[in-house]
Amino acid sequence: MSVLVYTESEQGKLKKAAFEVASYAKEVANQLGTTVTAVTINANDTSELGTYGVDKVLNVSNDKLNNFNAKAYAATLHQAAEKEGAKVVIVSSSADSKSVAPILAVNLDAGYASNVVAAPSNTSPFTVKRTAFTNKAFSMTEINSDVKIVGVSNNAFGLVENAGDAAAEAFAPNLDDSLFGVKVDTVDKVTGKVTIADADIVVSAGRGLKGPENWGMVEELASVLGAATACSKPVSDLGWRPHGEHVGQTGKPVASNLYIAIGISGAIQHLAGINASKVKVVINTDPEAPFFKAADYGVVGDAFEVVPTLIEKLKEFKANNA
Amino acid sequence: MKILVCISHVPDTTSKINFTEGDTKFDTNGVQFVINPNDEFGLTRAMWFKEKQSASVDVVNVGGAETEPTLRKALAIGADKAIRVNAEATDGFFVAKQLAAVVKDGGYDLVIAGRESIDYNGGMVPGMVAELTGANFVNTCIGLEVDGTSATAVREIDGGKETSNTSLPLVIAGQKGLVEESDLRIPNMRGIMMARKKPLTVIDAVDAAKETTAVKFEKPAPKGAVKLVDADNIDELINLLHNEAKVI
Ligand SMILES: Cc1cc2nc3c(=O)[nH]c(=O)nc-3n(C[C@H](O)[C@H](O)[C@H](O)COP(=O)(O)OP(=O)(O)OC[C@H]3O[C@@H](n4cnc5c(N)ncnc54)[C@H](O)[C@@H]3O)c2cc1C
Ligand SMILES: Nc1ncnc2c1ncn2[C@@H]1O[C@H](COP(=O)(O)O)[C@@H](O)[C@H]1O
Repeated sequence: MSVLVYTESEQGKLKKAAFEVASYAKEVANQLGTTVTAVTINANDTSELGTYGVDKVLNVSNDKLNNFNAKAYAATLHQAAEKEGAKVVIVSSSADSKSVAPILAVNLDAGYASNVVAAPSNTSPFTVKRTAFTNKAFSMTEINSDVKIVGVSNNAFGLVENAGDAAAEAFAPNLDDSLFGVKVDTVDKVTGKVTIADADIVVSAGRGLKGPENWGMVEELASVLGAATACSKPVSDLGWRPHGEHVGQTGKPVASNLYIAIGISGAIQHLAGINASKVKVVINTDPEAPFFKAADYGVVGDAFEVVPTLIEKLKEFKANNA
Repeated sequence: MKILVCISHVPDTTSKINFTEGDTKFDTNGVQFVINPNDEFGLTRAMWFKEKQSASVDVVNVGGAETEPTLRKALAIGADKAIRVNAEATDGFFVAKQLAAVVKDGGYDLVIAGRESIDYNGGMVPGMVAELTGANFVNTCIGLEVDGTSATAVREIDGGKETSNTSLPLVIAGQKGLVEESDLRIPNMRGIMMARKKPLTVIDAVDAAKETTAVKFEKPAPKGAVKLVDADNIDELINLLHNEAKVI
């Protein structure tokens, strides 16, 4: 009956989002009066999951799963859910979880609510709050099926410590060759850089920066803050920055703790995609730029003066607060 | 190759979002509806397969009669035939079951859908269709080549991309990158005229349960005024971010 949670790892190490979904699963388990079982795939050390309320960990270790495979990962979770008799399965909003969840929903004949931002407001009917209309609204959604899948938005629930010990157990799913119809050939991933999906802080810049040659200061600001870099749509359309950095309604969603927008006007499509961020700062020469209406803090000024100063002052601040 | 492009009919990105009937229904008053941007990228890629590899391209929507202008627009862009499954699209799983029935019935080799609909943002229909029809699946797809029954697909992942080899039947969920913004087509007069004569078939929905129900909508709380910091006083910005917002 326990709540099942898929706790993702990256090169063997559990991701921060894994602890967030574990925290969420614990809250759901409390509401339902049951326990939390986590599933990990090729993760090394899973003991920390206990800190976030996990009672039991099913560790899957299988070379066939070294590369991501949506169907094989879904089959793994499906078999784990059946083994545990789970009625609720919790996943994150990572690219991988978003590929797995719809397949798992079919496997388990389960209703799936994605982009969920809060603990269930009711467990019968099972009701969750999710974002809709690209953050322009929330939808209270009931999941009516017997088995339910909840996809939790990044940074929405946060980490909640529920100190305990997680009992680890090996779990070997039965993975038929027919699951591997998609074979990963190459993975092209920037290493050592924070991704937009996992970032606490995102530094984003727009057409106000005039050209790709001016992104050095954006990169530097991001590096001082340990942040990910992002950009507005025209910037990626113009080829100044890679598409993967484009955020907004038609780009990546951002739900960071801090979002810094430099030389971005704040068009409705841009704001829709980043509005879930908790604190927004805008730096723009034009006091009439719509972004000022959406931001918490603003500086009316020239990015080419403000950003270098900000970098310098932040370096001092970091040195004094280290 | 027989391609089916799934088209969701969504409010234009500039729409103001309001609700009626005690916040239980989206208020369509004054709202302009368009082809879901992610589907527009997919449709454009499908046109490339039509022109370069002689694929046939059908489009499908699950929705009421009000979605027909959106399907006609897809026909004007160049799709051969449109299908509308006559049902209200309120639950992703329900929609996926309708689309899966269309896919099986039409014997499609390649189904192109979008990463998510920009209205309800479910991000679930394509993966469900793949699993329901036993097809291979690539989500957040930013590159697709097909050679016979083999395909190479690029998936956007957190912090990069992943290239895979796969085969038809295949379902992809496309997004920007699958084609460039500048490749998108605006229907011309000739296309619009031709679209009027192309078949738009309306079919009944198959029986399927609705697994989720949106019972109520809420708008985000109104935002307080921005705190402006003087450009000569960046120390104050750092102070606010550290002591007040507690984000650094
Ligand atoms: C269907 C559709 C979907 C879209 N989806 C997205 C999306 O997902 N994401 C997105 O971002 N956009 C999206 N857009 C585009 C959006 O409408 C805007 O065009 C875009 O966000 C503007 O980008 P920008 O702010 O970088 O550029 P601009 O609007 O050109 O703004 C540049 C800003 O920089 C400021 N500036 C200039 N010089 C300086 C300086 N020296 N220092 C500081 N500030 C300076 C200017 O005052 C201005 O406010 C979409 C549009 C459509 C039609
Ligand atoms: N009602 C619908 N009719 C046809 N296709 C749809 C419908 N709803 C969703 N889709 C397809 O599924 C994709 C993802 O939608 P969603 O899962 O609703 O976010 C869309 O981009 C469409 O390609």
